Amino acid sequence: MLSTVTTAGVRPKLSTKNLNLFYGSKQALNDISVNMPEHRVTALIGPSGCGKSTFLRSLNRMNDLIANVKVTGSVFVGDVDIYGERIDVVELRKRVGMIFQKSNPFPKSIYDNVAYGPRINGVRVKRVLDEIVERSLRRAALWEEVSGDLKKSGLALSGGQQQRLCIARALAVDPEVLLMDEPASALDPIATAKIEELMYELKENYTIVIVTHNMQQAARVSDYTAFFYMGKLIEYDETKRLFTTPKQKQTEEYITGRFG
Amino acid sequence: MKPRKNDAPTGRAALLRKRVRPVEFLAEYIIKAVSFVSFAVIILIFIFVFREAAPLFYQSEHHAAAEEVAQETYGDDSADQSAAPAKEKASVDNAGAESPATFQNLAGTEWQPVSSKPKFGLLPLMLGSFKVTMISVLIAAPIAVFVALFTSFFAPKWLQQILKPTVEFLSGFPSVVIGFFALVEIATLFQNLFGYEYRLNAFVGGVALSLAVIPIIYTVTDDALSAIPSYMTEASLALGATRWQTALFVVLPAATPGIFAAVLLGIGRAFGETMIVLMATGNAALMSLDIFQPVRTMSATIGAEMAEVVFGDTHYNVLFLIGSILFLFTFALNAVAEFYVRARLMKRFGGSA
Repeated sequence: MLSTVTTAGVRPKLSTKNLNLFYGSKQALNDISVNMPEHRVTALIGPSGCGKSTFLRSLNRMNDLIANVKVTGSVFVGDVDIYGERIDVVELRKRVGMIFQKSNPFPKSIYDNVAYGPRINGVRVKRVLDEIVERSLRRAALWEEVSGDLKKSGLALSGGQQQRLCIARALAVDPEVLLMDEPASALDPIATAKIEELMYELKENYTIVIVTHNMQQAARVSDYTAFFYMGKLIEYDETKRLFTTPKQKQTEEYITGRFG
Repeated sequence: MKPRKNDAPTGRAALLRKRVRPVEFLAEYIIKAVSFVSFAVIILIFIFVFREAAPLFYQSEHHAAAEEVAQETYGDDSADQSAAPAKEKASVDNAGAESPATFQNLAGTEWQPVSSKPKFGLLPLMLGSFKVTMISVLIAAPIAVFVALFTSFFAPKWLQQILKPTVEFLSGFPSVVIGFFALVEIATLFQNLFGYEYRLNAFVGGVALSLAVIPIIYTVTDDALSAIPSYMTEASLALGATRWQTALFVVLPAATPGIFAAVLLGIGRAFGETMIVLMATGNAALMSLDIFQPVRTMSATIGAEMAEVVFGDTHYNVLFLIGSILFLFTFALNAVAEFYVRARLMKRFGGSA
C-alpha cells in the first residue's frame, strides 16, 4: 500500500512498520505499514471492530493500559521507534496527545482543566499558566465563549464545548500530534461542524490522525484516508483519490455503503 | 371444536383474567415484613435508650422509682472484688441522696459514679473518646486511603486479589482479639519503644482501634475510587501525566466526597467501638491532652459499668445518657456521610455518578 501514496513534499510525522497487535491470542492489527505526513489530517475509516481505534491507541501507547496486549513491529514518531527499548511513555504522550470519543473533562474548573497538563509538567507561575490557558482555549476556539467565567466547572459546559475544552487541554501541553478517536460522534451537527473547522485550523501546527465512523466527515476534513477492515489496512491514499477512485473492491463497497 | 389439552385461556381472555401468583405474593410480603421489622427494631432501640436516659431530666418523679428498685442490682461483681462492696453501699446511699445528676454535675471534670458523693462529670469521658478516636483515625485514614489507591491503581492483578480480601477480612476480626493483642503485645512493644509511664494509654488504644477502622475506611474508599470512570484516568495519562500524578491530582480529588464519607464512617466506628478501648486504654477518666496518659472512653464506660450498676439508679440513667450521646453522634455522622456526600458526588459528575 505504502508505495501508492504520494506524500510528495511532506515528510512523514508518524509511520508504522509491520505493526501487529494481539489481545491475548486474538490478533487485532495485522501487519500494518503506513506513513502519515506532517501537518496533515489523516482519517482512519472502516466498520466497527476493524481495528482503527486500536491502531490509533497504539500510536501513543494507550494500549499499554490494557492487560495482555502484545505489540510487534514498530511505530515511528519522527524518527524514534516508540516501541523501542528506552522510550519514556510519559514523555511520548506529552508529544502525542489524544482526544477521546466521549468528552472527558476533569471535575475541575475550566481553567484547572486546561492548566492541568502544564502544572504536572512543573509550570507554577500564575502568569505563564494564564497565558497557556488563554492561548490553548483560543486555539480550541473556545476562548470567546468561556473567557468570562474560567472558574466554572468544565462539566457545566455543553457537549460540544466540553469536547473543545478537551482539545484545549490537550493543546496546553504543546503536543506535536493529535490523535482523535471519533471526537464528534456524540455531538450535534453544529458542534460537529465547529470541531471540523477547528481541525482545519489545527493542522497548520499539528499533525492530526482522526478515527471516524462518518465517511462524509472523513471526506470533508482529511487529506489522507486509511481504510481498515478486519485488522488489516486495505487501502491508504489521498482522501480525494480514495473516495473517487478506490483501487480495492472492499474499499469501494464500504464507501458506497454496501456494507459496514 | 376440540377442547385444547391445556385449558388456560388465551388471547384476550388471558389478559383480562387477573391471576394470583401465591409464591410471588408470599415472597414480596416476607421481604416487606423483614425490612419493616429491622426498621422497627432500630426505632425501638432508639426509644429504649432515650427512655432510660430520660429520668435524668425530671429527677423528682424518678427518685421514688429509684428507691423501689434500689436493692435490685443485677450483673455480678466478680470483675472487681474489692470495688464491689463499696459500690453496693454507695448506690444505696445514692438512692436517698439529693439529685446528684444536675447539669453542673454532668458537665464536671470528674467521673466518680460510685462514691458517697457521686460525680458524673462527662467531660473526661468525652475527651477520652475524642482522643482515642482522633488517634485511631489519624493513623487509619492515611494508611487505608493509600492502600486503597495502591490496590486499585498500582498493584498488579494478583497482588490486588490478595490484598483486598485480606484488608476486608480484618473488618470481620473479633474486636476482643484485637483488644487482647493490643493489651498483651502492642502495649509492651510501645512502652519499650517510647518509654512512657503508663503501659495502657490513649495511644495504644488508638493504634489498636485503627486496626478495626482501617478496613472500614479502606472498603468505602476503594468503592469511591473504583467509581471514578476510567475515561478520567485515561484523559490524564494521555496528557503525559504519570500514574502517581493521575492518582494524586485527578483520582483523589474526584473521589474526595467518597473518601470523606469513608473517614466519617471510620470515626463512627472508632467512636462506638468498645472492647478494644476497654482492654487497651487503661480506663482512667483523666482530663489530659497527653496521648500517653490512660483514658476512659464513653463506650468503655458503658461496657465496664453497665453490668454492675443499680437498675434505675441515677448512675444507670447517666450511662444511658452516654449511650444516647454515642447514638446521636454516630447517627449524625452516618447521616452526613450518606446525604451530604451523595449530593456532592451527584453534583460533581453531573448526575452520572
